[in-house]
Amino acid sequence: MTRGRPVLFVAMALLLVTAVGLEILRDRRYGEPRPAAQSILYVRSGDFLKRASLSNASLLADLYWIRAIQHYGGGRRSKDPGERYEMLYPLLDITTTLDPKFTIAYRFGAVFLTEKPPGGPGRPDQAIALLQKGLRHDPRKWQYEHDLGFVYYWSLQDYRKAAEAFRAAADVPGAPWWLRSLAGIVAVQGGDRDTSRRLWLQIYESADNEWLRDNAQLRLAQLTALDRIDYLEAMVSEVARRIGSRPTSWADVIRAGRLLRPPLDPAGTPFVLDPQTGRVNVSADSKLYPLPTEPAARLGRAPS
Amino acid sequence: MRVIRTIAVNVFRESVRDKVLYNLVLFAVLLILASYLIGQLTAGQDMKIIKDLGLSATSIFGLFIAVFIGIGLVWKEVERRSIYSLQAKPITRVDFLLGKYAGLVLTLLVNVAVMAAALYAVLGAMTLFGSPALTAGLDAPALDPRLLVAIGLIFVELALVTALALFFSTFSSPMLSAVFTFGLYVVGQFNADLKHFEQVVSSPAAAWLARALYYLLPNLAPFDIKAQVVHGQPVAAGYVAMTVGYAVVYIAFVLLASVVVFTRRDFK
Repeated sequence: MTRGRPVLFVAMALLLVTAVGLEILRDRRYGEPRPAAQSILYVRSGDFLKRASLSNASLLADLYWIRAIQHYGGGRRSKDPGERYEMLYPLLDITTTLDPKFTIAYRFGAVFLTEKPPGGPGRPDQAIALLQKGLRHDPRKWQYEHDLGFVYYWSLQDYRKAAEAFRAAADVPGAPWWLRSLAGIVAVQGGDRDTSRRLWLQIYESADNEWLRDNAQLRLAQLTALDRIDYLEAMVSEVARRIGSRPTSWADVIRAGRLLRPPLDPAGTPFVLDPQTGRVNVSADSKLYPLPTEPAARLGRAPS
Repeated sequence: MRVIRTIAVNVFRESVRDKVLYNLVLFAVLLILASYLIGQLTAGQDMKIIKDLGLSATSIFGLFIAVFIGIGLVWKEVERRSIYSLQAKPITRVDFLLGKYAGLVLTLLVNVAVMAAALYAVLGAMTLFGSPALTAGLDAPALDPRLLVAIGLIFVELALVTALALFFSTFSSPMLSAVFTFGLYVVGQFNADLKHFEQVVSSPAAAWLARALYYLLPNLAPFDIKAQVVHGQPVAAGYVAMTVGYAVVYIAFVLLASVVVFTRRDFK
């Protein structure tokens, strides 16, 4: 038996190689097996899962958190709008029920939920519900009030509620001093772009997490893109006046001597010029797409 | 005392020789190391997840070791008929039982210690070689010494489960012992529900019975302080001391029950 062992090992290796070879051949000929068309959330009750996990609820919360991130990332890549993000809130809800102190799940979750389509589900109502759940579990977390303020400010443009939330955050013992001035600025100046820039700059400088800092950097880049769009739209109008017709592409603006090459957004992707309206926007391929809706733009006025 | 120590050391040696035990330890260590990879899937929660995974793995693998080795401690001796040769030696049944228990607890102690060391090693390696962002904004320090308190309570809980497994092993088959021990483990996680049973039933007798069961059955939920430790929340020293005290007394009770059953058992 001992002498025959090498033969057995060789036979085992051969069998395994043959099995793998057959699998590759089958996949090439008949196509690779496709994952289930839709993700399924078998259990929707966080309370049940908490009990079923015995004493491992925290670990289960981590697994659901990873699932939430994968679902969000998958949604951003998905081509089918029907399958996008529909499980995001239930996954975050289960995660935070399993581990009510999971700060990042509330904070990142709120950011994911408020992100406008196609980058997210665009559900500030769910983000508010999630953050309020966090506050119920830990009222001393000024960060949740602060994030609530952001949701009201950035997604709902409700500056009164945003200022209230920032003020409530400032009232929490141990909260940073700048929250109070932030509340004042938001209450007085509302949704002006400089206020937005100040808010995101504050986040960028105070974030203790790389992901939150990156997100703030992206928002700041979007605000810079909005500044450049204002400048470019003014330029397009001026060229239109000069040549007597609206430029249909950047080539017309370049020919008019106002640009040397197609302008790039802060992410390095060329801006898009709409030949019908003369409006400028970031490309759908840009990391900055979609740009935030500004209150002035929503009212049909040119942004300040 | 010397006899108990000799039996305990033998149980430990037998466990170390047992390939299943080695596999479990290796698997637990690998799992903790693999958690580093799992951490890569998340957005800045690597340390928390590794702590959760490390603590849960220690608890789960320890539970399997406690139950599957504990249930065979006495049964194996009876099945192999080696209990007869032991009876001829100057070893009392009490020494035999206590030695077996101490041996498995020693095995668990070594296992838990290896798992704890592996967890700290992974956390230490991440702190040293990972990006500074990994340790930024954590609720608790990466190499938090309080993790040892959580691990300590896991060990004490496992010692209690081992006593239960040994108790069932004195009169039942391994299969039934495993079912009973796992059953009590699960009940032990939920028995706080029994205390407030009057909220779901109207019968005072049923509520009284449920409350009695709450006090009689092992209460294992208080041993779980994993979430508090991972989130850096304080755990009172008095709480830990009282929980350990409860475990010591309950273990003594279960071992005494095991001695009563085992000394009455007829092997002829």
